[in-house]
Amino acid sequence: MNRRLLPLAVTILLFIGMATFGSVRYDGFLSLQVFLNLLIDNSFLCVAAVGMTFVILSGGIDLSVGAVMAFTTTLCAALLRAGWNPYATMAVALVLGAGFGAAQGYLIQRFRLAPFIVTLAGMFLARGCSYLISTESVPIDDATWVAIAQARIPLGFGGSLTVGALLAIATVLAAMRLAHATEFGRTVYAIGGDENSARLMGLAVNRARTGVYLLSGFTAALAGIVMSFYMLSGYSLHAVGLELDAIAAVVIGGTLLAGGVGYVAGTLFGVLILGIIQTLIAFDGTLSSWWTRIVVGVLLLLFCLLQRLFEKRSRRLA
Amino acid sequence: MKRLARHPLFWPLGALALLLALNAAFNPGFLALGWRDGHLYGHLVDILNRAAPLMVVSLGMTLVIAVRGLDISVGAVVAIAATVAALLIGGAFNAGGEAASEHPLWLALGAALLVAAGCGLWNGLLVVKAGMQPIVATLVLMVAGRGIAQLLTGGQIITVYYPPFFTIGGGFLAGLPVALWIAAALWGGLHFALSRTALGLFIRAIGGNPEAARVAGVRSGAITLCVYTFCGLAAGIAGLIVSSNVRSADANNAGQLLELDAILAVTLGGTALTGGRFTLAGTVIGALIIQTLTSTIYSIGLPPEVNLVVKAVLVFAVMLLQSADFRALFMAAQR
Repeated sequence: MNRRLLPLAVTILLFIGMATFGSVRYDGFLSLQVFLNLLIDNSFLCVAAVGMTFVILSGGIDLSVGAVMAFTTTLCAALLRAGWNPYATMAVALVLGAGFGAAQGYLIQRFRLAPFIVTLAGMFLARGCSYLISTESVPIDDATWVAIAQARIPLGFGGSLTVGALLAIATVLAAMRLAHATEFGRTVYAIGGDENSARLMGLAVNRARTGVYLLSGFTAALAGIVMSFYMLSGYSLHAVGLELDAIAAVVIGGTLLAGGVGYVAGTLFGVLILGIIQTLIAFDGTLSSWWTRIVVGVLLLLFCLLQRLFEKRSRRLA
Repeated sequence: MKRLARHPLFWPLGALALLLALNAAFNPGFLALGWRDGHLYGHLVDILNRAAPLMVVSLGMTLVIAVRGLDISVGAVVAIAATVAALLIGGAFNAGGEAASEHPLWLALGAALLVAAGCGLWNGLLVVKAGMQPIVATLVLMVAGRGIAQLLTGGQIITVYYPPFFTIGGGFLAGLPVALWIAAALWGGLHFALSRTALGLFIRAIGGNPEAARVAGVRSGAITLCVYTFCGLAAGIAGLIVSSNVRSADANNAGQLLELDAILAVTLGGTALTGGRFTLAGTVIGALIIQTLTSTIYSIGLPPEVNLVVKAVLVFAVMLLQSADFRALFMAAQR
């Protein structure tokens, strides 16, 4: 088997293991809707984590994701309250998110600034801007928005999905194509592997580097819209710390934080693992919510150690 | 004048002076100092007192950044240390109805600091022994740390009623806040250790080029471990100050976003994020700038919501000024 697929295989096996454990241990766990709910309840995390995957593949990091999501929910809620057309609202939010990401990417690429600090400042800026729009939670009662939020798409066997979950799946599929079948995707992998080599190969390194952050800003805005479907409100304190969950999902999904190695599909399973931990804790009923954080921390540690082991071995083989 | 402008502390000090001048212009009584209830009293003392926890954490962060590291778990360590101290002191009352401590105060404080240093050591081990990237290694504790603190408290906010504990964050010694004395002592101790022994040189060498330092015989692994442990310890001290000040330990919110403010303070002070170049005095000034900025926004009557936006603009400005590429662009335009 391809050695690069090993972390992905471990992730998928872990998910199957956890699902089997839940099904054996708890009544009613093994049902289609429980698993579909994993996608529904984590749809916004999934969308944001897909953008984060590209950033991490290129060897960078984006801390502004949660703040951009919060900004998007407040912006949408405020525009809808002002009587804007819902589709125009979505378009404005997506363009702003992508523009914000592109600006961060430009600073990182043009002035060789540390992605950590640039996106940290971006996080302050986006969160601060959403405070400026409103410090209170703004409910969304636009008819179209509510209709989209409440729509259930039946899948047969008594299961159904929301529009948000479908958007998440569509994002994953589109991202897989982008990563593996386009020039942009190959360039991102090349930058993460070795930027100088990528440059010497004549790849458009600068454009791809800015593009990665543009993409992450776009998916963060999309995740914000999905979240506003889920919450039906805009609030500047939505999605606090969500960027960490997104990073955790990417790492648990088998992507190397050093960049260059990883799969978008792994991120989907990373998100599902984070979701299934919460579901298991909810089904158990006796465990408190903070166990989620501890388990996620432990998983993060195990996966990073596994990756280190893996790197060392492949270096010895090479 | 030119030589003055080149001094590394020129810009941070200038920014701080500008903020203070702005405050004094809007609020004539701002710079006034009074004497009340046996201690100094005034806006300046208030800013110094409130900035103390950030200064303490930022000093630890400065050293970590100087050896090319980063510690994003300090906020979680603050919460853990606060929780441990509050739990060991407990909410007991003696027969006379006075608040008592379940364990001696020195034991509670010592245990909290020990746990905090242990957290730092753990981060250091992951970085040095497991070879993880610093951001990832400390991310583990950042994610799990608050969970552990909540586990210890059972999800409750622990309130402390034992008055001697309040001295750390709310007391005064020789007219100045105790918290400020703690920060000053830490700064003085560090300054001594780094300028009077070879430690400072070693840290600069590791940050400048880890491989070269190791080949030259610097025990970079052991020193890096110590630096992370110290950063954890500093976060623990800050946790004690914070929890003593609010007389409770909130596992969920204590030290929230403190890691970001600390990194910001270090950057504002002129320490290079790429490692090797650091300034303790700059970091202290950086922490003061952040706290003064917050106070300014309140005192000139801007809504507190603006705080984050102003902070963001400040970070962007400092980052660009530090970037060689940006300066080159600027110079080219001038020519």
